[in-house]
Amino acid sequence: MKMRLMATVAAALVLAGGWASFGIAGAATRLTVYTALETEQLAPYKKAFEADNPDIEIRWVRDSNGVITAKLLAERNNPQADAIWGVAASSLLLLEKQGLLDPYAPKDVGAVKAAFRDTATPPAWVGMDAWMAAICFNSEEAKKKGLPKPKSWADLTSAIYKDQIVMPSPASSGTGFLAVSGWLQMMGDGPGWAFMDKLDANMAAYIHSGSKPCKMVAAGEYPVGISMEYAGVQQQNEGAPIEVILPPEGTGWEIEATAIVKGGHNEEAARRLADWAVSAKARDQYARFYPITAVPGAKTQLANYPADAESHLGRNDFAWAAANRDAILAKWTARYQGKAEDH
Amino acid sequence: MITSFRWKPALLLGGWAAFLLVFLAGPLGALLVKCFEDRYGNWIGAGNFTAFVSAPNLIGATRNSLTIASLTTLITLALAFPFAFGLTRSAMPGKALFRAIAQVPLLAPSLLPALSLVYLFGNKGLLRDVMMGHSLYGPLGIVIASVFAFFPQAVLILTIALSVSDARLYEAARALGAGPVRRFFTITLPGAQYGLVSAASVVFTCALSDFGIPMVLGGHYPVLATEVFEQVVGLQDFGVGSVVGLALLLPVSLALWAENWSAGRQKALLSARSVLYRPTSPGTGFVAYCGLIGVLLLGIVAMGAFVSLITFWPYNLHPTLKNYDFGHFDEAGWGSFGNSLILAAGTAFFGTILTFGGAYLTEKLPGLAGLKRLVRGLAMLPLGVPGMVLGLGYIFFFDRPGNPLHGLYGTLAILLICTCVHLYSVGHLTAATALKQLDADYEAVSASLKVSAWRTFSRVTVPLCLPAILDIAIYLFVTAMTTVSAVVFLYSPDTKPASVAILNMDESGTVAAAAALCMVIFTSSAVVRLLHILVERALLKRTQAWRG
Repeated sequence: MKMRLMATVAAALVLAGGWASFGIAGAATRLTVYTALETEQLAPYKKAFEADNPDIEIRWVRDSNGVITAKLLAERNNPQADAIWGVAASSLLLLEKQGLLDPYAPKDVGAVKAAFRDTATPPAWVGMDAWMAAICFNSEEAKKKGLPKPKSWADLTSAIYKDQIVMPSPASSGTGFLAVSGWLQMMGDGPGWAFMDKLDANMAAYIHSGSKPCKMVAAGEYPVGISMEYAGVQQQNEGAPIEVILPPEGTGWEIEATAIVKGGHNEEAARRLADWAVSAKARDQYARFYPITAVPGAKTQLANYPADAESHLGRNDFAWAAANRDAILAKWTARYQGKAEDH
Repeated sequence: MITSFRWKPALLLGGWAAFLLVFLAGPLGALLVKCFEDRYGNWIGAGNFTAFVSAPNLIGATRNSLTIASLTTLITLALAFPFAFGLTRSAMPGKALFRAIAQVPLLAPSLLPALSLVYLFGNKGLLRDVMMGHSLYGPLGIVIASVFAFFPQAVLILTIALSVSDARLYEAARALGAGPVRRFFTITLPGAQYGLVSAASVVFTCALSDFGIPMVLGGHYPVLATEVFEQVVGLQDFGVGSVVGLALLLPVSLALWAENWSAGRQKALLSARSVLYRPTSPGTGFVAYCGLIGVLLLGIVAMGAFVSLITFWPYNLHPTLKNYDFGHFDEAGWGSFGNSLILAAGTAFFGTILTFGGAYLTEKLPGLAGLKRLVRGLAMLPLGVPGMVLGLGYIFFFDRPGNPLHGLYGTLAILLICTCVHLYSVGHLTAATALKQLDADYEAVSASLKVSAWRTFSRVTVPLCLPAILDIAIYLFVTAMTTVSAVVFLYSPDTKPASVAILNMDESGTVAAAAALCMVIFTSSAVVRLLHILVERALLKRTQAWRG
């Protein structure tokens, strides 16, 4: 009796395992796409792409930029991904440097602004849209604490904000890194680090993820957060009492991009994804979340998105940022993480 | 006849050793190799180790990790011992209820207490005044959440250690005039010594290697587990990340040594001649104590349930179910929950056979000391290996094109094996603690009566250990429902488990949805746990009547 039960359970498990690993047989090509897109973007992007390419089905693997990059690096000998859609360009530069990408020029690559794609021909990666560092400010909590609204990066160094600010750690978050890389490029090396020293004195905590500081601010845990502008606008649209501030000094930014994985199993389908990703239809999808698109002329717009956002994009040299990433992070970690327990 | 008696155990034990070598030592070895490579795969000698010792943040994280783990262990044992004592050595009412409540934290991912604490004691928490201005983010919050999360492990091990005792010892002590305090310190405590050391080593290493809690509550306080994450995920530096991961193994060697040391001093508590101890004290004090602990444990879960049901904390407290519409927050939607159920059932089934079988072979077989030491050592190893490190090791190992097991990659089977291996130690320790309390006379008598070892195993050992076996199975099930770090690098789009979905949702800041999925896991695990209690009752009536 017991043995029969065990045998039944075992059989059920084997069946379930087989079903899960082989999937349901179908005619469509299943394209494994690694992505760091926000979750709410996945369903509409997939639907729009599959509507134009009914013979291809997207299988998403979504995680933060860091995890996805680490995954791609770790799987270098046995690539599981076919394509990458919606991962930070700085991550793709790193992957390219290690020879993990298969350069390909999409059919309409000419429509993509030059600053938004790899300079090589054919390009290893092609941009979709841009996102930037911004300040999220909870006006309700700030009123209770008597805090003024910060108008610039420099304002954040005022002693009044001591222990009131959260930001993503550049060592684990792409948004954290683009903020730091932006400050260093716009202010220059010396003043940039001096700014971060003063900012560190006010920092309540460094957070692991890029959008989370803004969501913590939206929940009132902290009044001020450095995060990505999209997270702030989205929380605002959900009814949180927060404002999104784009500092006048300019701000660090990053490109979300598409690439093809070398050694992937569905090269043809991956190329069709790369083609579609620079189409006008794709652009209009992107613009509902990130209004600054690589292909200009989007017809959609995220509600409450700051109209002049694009003018705040600071100087940004991706090659410089990628080349100096290790050195910047080593210095940042030694300066601000080493003394962490003193706080 | 005589030869078969010799080679069969050797073959069996060899099989277990081979499994652990391939699926534990192999991946860790691959990780070890990574420690000596730069990020392009070139051999760089000790460069990554130099980087580790010269980084003030990593040295600080080491110190922080040890502080957190020690504090958590002390507090957890201090709270769990009276709890387990009340359950086993008093005649207090409601034992089954308290036993179940003590397991409540196991039913939810460790992210749940961390999230609940934020809503209770965070800067906008309901009870933030209790903190008197101290920040939850840092050592304080990590220790509180860790004590909650690892309390069940301590109670599980201590209850088993305290549940059998020879009444003759107490009678003799009483006859000689020893008071209750003296009896406690001379009989009870020494008898529970092995369980205490086991519980301490389990809690210590769990607290050391958990990364969900410090991720949410760490604030400015880096610990080793989050530094592994930072090195691997943030800096994509597998070399230094692997070194930090291996640094976590060092305290485990210590725990292993302590466990061995105390095992050497442990004598079987129950011999073939024992009279079973039957508690008589009414235990009113224990009811109050266990009740208080129970309220605290349930309160933290209730907070998670509350958060999952409101619209937008703290500005819009309208009740809603929208946080349970997981398709909005994660691409796998509710599908991840189905994957978790399959994963957990498989882990419970195969993991119980693996861990109990392994523990039996190492505790009860004659001879083969060297092989036993190997299996025992390997069995303790997963405790101190952060799941993320084990998962990465799996990629490095199974990803090598020459590996004949290459095909496992990306399947549900690899998630299943990795989870079984990751959770191996607690199962093994629980089984070993239960088995050690059975006198070796059982095997000796069977052998002299020419009863086969298999028959003794299936007719005597398994029925005697049935409570422990059921506890292992349920522990594996509920832990596999919540395990995240071991599988975060191994899942594929079709096999993404709910625990990973929770981490993804928390990371992207949709905390209410993360809490909601925690509650779904919690509820389903609770249902399974209740079924387990019913089955246990029915079975115990048949096989455990001798315990009284």
